[in-house]
Amino acid sequence: MSDVATLPLAPAPGRGKTLRRLARRNKVAAVAGLILLVIIVLSLLAPVLGLSDPVLMSPADRLKPPGEAGLMGTDRFGRDIFARILFGTRISLIVGVAAVLVAAFFGTIIGLIAGYVGRWQEYVSMRVMDVLFSFPSIVLAILIVTIVGAGFPSIVMAIALVQTPIFARIVRGSTLSVKNMEYVHAAEAGGADMGLILRRHILPNVAAPILVQLALSMSGAITMEAALSYLGLGAVPPTPSLGSMLNENRSSMEIAPWTVLYPGLALAVIVLCINMFGDAVRDYMDPRIRKSM
Amino acid sequence: MFSFLARRLITVFLPTLFGMSILVFGAMHLIPGSYVDVLLGVGQDITPEHRQQIVAQYGLDKSVPMQYLTWLGNVLTGDFGNSLKSGNAVSSEILSRLPVTLELAVLATVVSLLLAIPAGIISALYRGHWIDTVLRLVALVGLSVPNFLIATMLVLFVSTQWKVLPTTGFVPIGDGLGANLRSLVLPVISLGALLAASIMRMMRSSMLEELGKEYLTVARAKGLQQRTVVLGHALRNSLIPVITVVGIQTGYMLGGTVIVEQVFAIPGIGRLALDAVSQRDYPLVMGSVLFIASAFVFMNLVTDIIYGFVDPRIRVGGKAQ
Repeated sequence: MSDVATLPLAPAPGRGKTLRRLARRNKVAAVAGLILLVIIVLSLLAPVLGLSDPVLMSPADRLKPPGEAGLMGTDRFGRDIFARILFGTRISLIVGVAAVLVAAFFGTIIGLIAGYVGRWQEYVSMRVMDVLFSFPSIVLAILIVTIVGAGFPSIVMAIALVQTPIFARIVRGSTLSVKNMEYVHAAEAGGADMGLILRRHILPNVAAPILVQLALSMSGAITMEAALSYLGLGAVPPTPSLGSMLNENRSSMEIAPWTVLYPGLALAVIVLCINMFGDAVRDYMDPRIRKSM
Repeated sequence: MFSFLARRLITVFLPTLFGMSILVFGAMHLIPGSYVDVLLGVGQDITPEHRQQIVAQYGLDKSVPMQYLTWLGNVLTGDFGNSLKSGNAVSSEILSRLPVTLELAVLATVVSLLLAIPAGIISALYRGHWIDTVLRLVALVGLSVPNFLIATMLVLFVSTQWKVLPTTGFVPIGDGLGANLRSLVLPVISLGALLAASIMRMMRSSMLEELGKEYLTVARAKGLQQRTVVLGHALRNSLIPVITVVGIQTGYMLGGTVIVEQVFAIPGIGRLALDAVSQRDYPLVMGSVLFIASAFVFMNLVTDIIYGFVDPRIRVGGKAQ
């Protein structure tokens, strides 16, 4: 979102100063990052914040408006919406991080080998990635959930499988541009085996695009988790998830709009902030854009 | 042009479809439990002889590669097998749902184009102005917020709070075009938001790029009005990258319909696939998933072809290779 052309010039920063410079340069991203940080901390601390039980039903308190019971009211089972949002966000974040890490791990290995080895290994693995990439992600996820069954392990798998080709392609591309560097040839001439070359010499040099993609993939992963849970393929009731809250409260939305309004706002804020933050990180890390600034 | 098309077909389109068919077929055979039990459903009491008969009937006694080839042969002739629940042919189930999904997707694409291209041009021309800021903010929301959330919020405000439009419930086109379109307003907005936002962003940036080029300086220097410069010269060239975005995003829209159809209870292909998943109707899952995925790959091929038509450089480059 950040308008690249309007960003001021800056010399390449040292490692520790990167984030601070990023924040100073792009105020929107800084605010987005701050909101994200608050949300992450709150949701990770959710179990120790003394909130009401997010799954315990209390029929006496059903559909109480915000203020009357809890910060954001209660749903039709009398459960505190605010508590459910925090616990739901916690699950979204955990699922998102887990899925993206799994995708980055396998995508990196596939991309490194495809890029470095070439030959048929490259052809086969990249065609497989093409096929995975060619499915509309939600359809691929549905296919996986059909096989493995609903629940968090299978949606982590589904999201990871959707994201793996992205990492594989990026890593392969970067590996191709690094593998003919002199220091790689030197290591090869020195008799280093492939594993060592990939780990020690190539991986550190393709790490930056991987990190950027980690940030960019997070919003996709969280959106996908919410979508799958909304469709009833993810979170199993009564476990709260932002997606399943939107779905299960549809029937009470006319008389109790807060039951969907707040989970919806929470999801929108999280995804928007991740996207703005991710975009800023990408703009900052992309040397082509940075040079043109 | 022909060789360009043939090359795309052979190197990208067909291998991808082939890979997809293996993946879908393999996925169904990875389901825990034997495929026979899956076909029969749980709790069926059958004699071993009957079981053998079914195994033979579906060719499950053959090797897996043979089964795949048989299945692929059937699929290529349009035979996806029969639905386990309704007993109808999967292909006819898909075809009966197709018009609804097509109507939804086409309407969403048309509305997105009509809104987003002018918006992108305005945003580029008023760069830095508050109009630009507002339009880009709207685009950011359209890009970030998932379609089912947009849908839920629309239903929450437009239908249940302001009571402007009906909540959910699809009205078939046979019951009157007006009522049909009214029932599609919110689904079209939910489905088209992502496409419109992508088009608007691409339109804005490619228009900005074109406006900075020398031939436009020449056009202005010879005294052409801004209107002619923008609409007559810059627009044509800046639409080229937009075509790719439209093509790719229209493909993604096929995935989007799965969710939007579910939210608004629209009986299209996406809902067919989801219902099939929840009913464990595996032939129907295979058929509808393969159909949606092939349509997606097909859209990408169409995008390539159109791109080749409008941008001679790609065509010529293809020949040279």
